[in-house]
Amino acid sequence: MDKKISLRQRIRLAVQLCVTALTNGYVQGFVSGRIFSGPSKAYCVPGLNCYSCPGALGACPLGSLQAVLSNRNYRFAAYVVGFLLIVGAFFGRFVCGWLCPFGLVQDLLYKIPFVKKCRALPGDRWLRWIKYGLLAGFVILLPLFAVDAVGQGSPWFCKWICPSGTLMGGWPLAVLNEGLRAALGFLFAWKSALLILLLLLSVVVCRPFCRYLCPLGAIYGLFNPIALYRFRFDSHKCTHCGACQRACKVDLSPCLSPNSRECIRCGACLDVCPTGALSSTLSRKESSPS
Amino acid sequence: MRALFRSLLPALLLIALGAVLMAAGVTRGEQDIVFIKASNLCMECIGLG
Repeated sequence: MDKKISLRQRIRLAVQLCVTALTNGYVQGFVSGRIFSGPSKAYCVPGLNCYSCPGALGACPLGSLQAVLSNRNYRFAAYVVGFLLIVGAFFGRFVCGWLCPFGLVQDLLYKIPFVKKCRALPGDRWLRWIKYGLLAGFVILLPLFAVDAVGQGSPWFCKWICPSGTLMGGWPLAVLNEGLRAALGFLFAWKSALLILLLLLSVVVCRPFCRYLCPLGAIYGLFNPIALYRFRFDSHKCTHCGACQRACKVDLSPCLSPNSRECIRCGACLDVCPTGALSSTLSRKESSPS
Repeated sequence: MRALFRSLLPALLLIALGAVLMAAGVTRGEQDIVFIKASNLCMECIGLG
């Protein structure tokens, strides 16, 4: 059984590394300290991937959503919303577990041994709602309505919160670009402090950013129950052994809610289920939906 | 077969709606906004405001 778990998780790690390398493959950017500006930047990538990362070849969907909403000529972002609908309807939060570069960073940090790992932060049940607040406030309402004299807003989540932007864009550019380094101030210090806090937390708790703060995960989570890729649970096969719950790193009960909005589809529960009660829509096992 | 189709229907409808919205967005020039934002340095993203 352990071998099977490690195989799925090894494949997941390989996919995460490949996707991160592919979507951030502009190596010259890491040498010159300049970002890529080719035509692929008009297309969104599925995960949280800052477009100001020196290596980024595509656009961050969350940044793009704010960019269009904060533009004075647009009140609705049909292009990005359409993209999120398609990706969400296909995959749901599978994107978080398998395709997101910042998710990979948190997964790698969680592998670092620590005296006592926590399954969840105190108040986990309530903290999970923060990401919906950030989605509504910082990603949609503030970019739409907090505008200047000419009607132009700004991307509030990118500006004040996004740790992916700081890690993949801010820090590398601060190292590589002397002109930018000289201009750093309070905002950079605030975002760096937030990022450091999240990186440290990631050693203790699995994926704190995804669970509590990520608006993109909040969006994709809404699709989990109806996405083409989803989990199935056969209550007749379940022996209530609790193995799935113990294996879940984000502290869910897959047998009670196999398509929870919080599930990042890492698949650890599928591997440990001794009777095959849990399966996915891609699984070859016979299982009736529940 | 019908049960399978019924379980996939919501996702398929959303994918179709997504495709229509994306096409509408491209027609409205939203992709250009995304391109301009993504191909220039985003000061907010890197913490310069």
